[in-house]
Amino acid sequence: MNPRKQRRLAFAITLLLAGGGAAGLAVFALQDNVLFFYSPTDVTDHPEKVPAGRTFRIGGLVQTGSVKRDTGLEVHFVVTDGKNAVPVNYSGVLPDLFREGQGVVALGTLASNRVFTASEILAKHDEKYMPPEVVDALKRSGRWNEGNPGAL
Amino acid sequence: MTGELGQLALCLALALSLVQAISGFVGASQNNIRLMAMGRGAALGSFVFIALAFFTLMFAYVTSDFSVLAVFQNSHTLKPLIYKISGVWGNHEGSMLLWILILGAYSAAIAMTQPGDGSEGTKLGARTLSVQALIAIAFIVFILLTSDPFERFYPPPFEGNGLNPLLQDPGLAFHPPLLYLGYVGLSAAFSFAAASLLESRNDAAWVRAARPFALMAWTALTLGIAAGSWWAYYTLGWGGFWFWDPVENASLMPWFVATALIHSMMATERTGAFKSWTLLLAITAFSFSLIGTFLVRSGVLNSVHAFANDPRRGFFILMILLVSITLPLILFAWRAPKLTPGAPFDVASRETGIMINNLLLTASAAITLTGTLYPLVLDAAEGIKITVGSPYYNATVVPLFVVLALIMPFGPIMLWRRGNLRAALYSLRFAGAAGLVVLLAVLAIVRPYSTLGVLAGGLGTWLIAGSITDLARRAGSWRRLFHLGAGAWSVALAHAGLGVVAFGVAGTGIWKSEGTEVLAPGKSMNVAAYELRLDSTERVQGPNYIADRANITVLTNGRPLTVIHPERRQYPVEQMTTSNSSIRTTVISDLYVVLSEPRDGGGWVVRAYVNPLAPFIWLGAVVMAFAGFIALGARIAARVRAARSAAAAGATEAAQ
Repeated sequence: MNPRKQRRLAFAITLLLAGGGAAGLAVFALQDNVLFFYSPTDVTDHPEKVPAGRTFRIGGLVQTGSVKRDTGLEVHFVVTDGKNAVPVNYSGVLPDLFREGQGVVALGTLASNRVFTASEILAKHDEKYMPPEVVDALKRSGRWNEGNPGAL
Repeated sequence: MTGELGQLALCLALALSLVQAISGFVGASQNNIRLMAMGRGAALGSFVFIALAFFTLMFAYVTSDFSVLAVFQNSHTLKPLIYKISGVWGNHEGSMLLWILILGAYSAAIAMTQPGDGSEGTKLGARTLSVQALIAIAFIVFILLTSDPFERFYPPPFEGNGLNPLLQDPGLAFHPPLLYLGYVGLSAAFSFAAASLLESRNDAAWVRAARPFALMAWTALTLGIAAGSWWAYYTLGWGGFWFWDPVENASLMPWFVATALIHSMMATERTGAFKSWTLLLAITAFSFSLIGTFLVRSGVLNSVHAFANDPRRGFFILMILLVSITLPLILFAWRAPKLTPGAPFDVASRETGIMINNLLLTASAAITLTGTLYPLVLDAAEGIKITVGSPYYNATVVPLFVVLALIMPFGPIMLWRRGNLRAALYSLRFAGAAGLVVLLAVLAIVRPYSTLGVLAGGLGTWLIAGSITDLARRAGSWRRLFHLGAGAWSVALAHAGLGVVAFGVAGTGIWKSEGTEVLAPGKSMNVAAYELRLDSTERVQGPNYIADRANITVLTNGRPLTVIHPERRQYPVEQMTTSNSSIRTTVISDLYVVLSEPRDGGGWVVRAYVNPLAPFIWLGAVVMAFAGFIALGARIAARVRAARSAAAAGATEAAQ
């Protein structure tokens, strides 16, 4: 092998090792650093999917008339996909686009009494925008009404 | 009338782009100077017509012409003028028009700067413009067929729907244009690379021509990302300065590759090293821009920044994306083996540094792409819905950047081809000591303990001190410091800027304090060393909103420091409420206060953060961008000088 070929080979090997290393790192990190998303139906009908204490995201519509605020920071509401509903407790500031009848995605854990304790309520840019997971959850429960996402 | 004028202008721009594409290719292959000049003229003309279309749309917004559908959907007569103007690109159609406007501007810049004397450079420029024209054609057709910004609406209503209040922010005026100037600018490097491959030339002349454009694109991209990050920071609910959101990643991936590109171009231009790799990077960088455009515009990914997107249009961009990635890659696979190799270099050399830089940055881009697309793949394959957030990136991209920061100061200190590692280590001994001292200080003093925070403190100092070392070593004395070339300054500033960013990211990401309380007027809360007293709230009438404005006195040690006024605005037209935070900065830290919902009994939810070193994030980014401008400015100045002396030489010749 002439020196030029040697250099090319060395370069190719470095590239392969680096690429392989990066891929390995990515796969390894993807194993336990992802957040799962479940719909209220997943949570109520398939409780084995969501072990208590594990952080995940839940999404659906905020059930109309379910939002209860007290004088403190606590907020209680119910998230529904039209078929099933899960009560949510949250302490903190709600995003400006949080409204009854609108889509919502909450991040948190399920307590043993099947109440979801949210650590974060996610906001969106646009009031016309429905989070894709919520759309999907509503479609799966058969409550998705194309063109009129707010209606149940 | 305006709508038809805009459409006509777009059609003319399309026709001129066709002329530009054909005359460039044919002119270059027949070595026909007049045809190639026609290609350059067509590029300028096409830009003028795109600009005409763009300003026609802007005119429709400013005059609230609701017979144009996009204006009706996104504007309102009561909207302040600045948001009527920036609202042009606050929606899908207008944003795509801005995209091709900037593409056209780069083509025009190429047309004006490339030689027209029939030399090899003329042919390269002509073919480059042809490739640019092909991209322009694809996107103008895309706009005309799927996203016509001038679509009519009849009968015209008296009032528009208004613009999403979250977008009624100065951020909209700066962030998208800068970002597009960055990632559309990468098309220039792409087109030069493709042109060079088409010419089957085996040298790196294209790099010399494309480097200023790549630098411009990198600089604008840096500023654009920084502006977006700053906007997301002061907007509550967007997850802070960086959220690893898919839309944010869409701009970061091209930045990683563009950073790799400007480094590898430097090596290719100087020593001829990495010739084929630089070609590949130029193609990849713009491909990442297209991937970004696709991800953002198609709405296939769940994002907090998703707005005004339409999956049906995604397909079209996906097709453009596939063609513009595949064709140049095939061309590359065919031609790259024929390239002449550059000068050999030792393991201890600047080239090696640049190689490691390129490997780490492209790996970062690949990892980010994996994390961004993985949810999509998993959903399609198994119907499982997941999100990949900061824990993933902290475990992958962050360690790569730790290694990158470790080697960065060596690059500028090592010589091209054969450097001396021991000498470099010796030069950097003070920088290393400074980094170590800060690392130990953070370890000993700052609580709570954080490994990443300790590393960021040490590495940030190492980068800044490394840059100072490099400048000092090159200058030798204070007086000569300011006679150093722009190259030395720009490298030192860009590297030091990243160190400054590291401080900001660590300070805010790791050591922020926060507090949320329900405050009745007259009551106080504490966050870090500050006491916040809600004195009162009042109703304020804005141009197109009504706000509750809080008067909050900030006290330290019981003494009033200042009064701040966070607001909660209600936009009646859009039926939306926004919380407008109030930030008091000391540069060393930010006090960030948000007025949130009212509660029964007259209380208000008030949320406050103290973000140590937050301004350093954007300060560092501005320093990096400034470094880009210096490098660019020096190149332009050198060109002007060369042109002048050539003209002078020509004049002397003529006189003889």
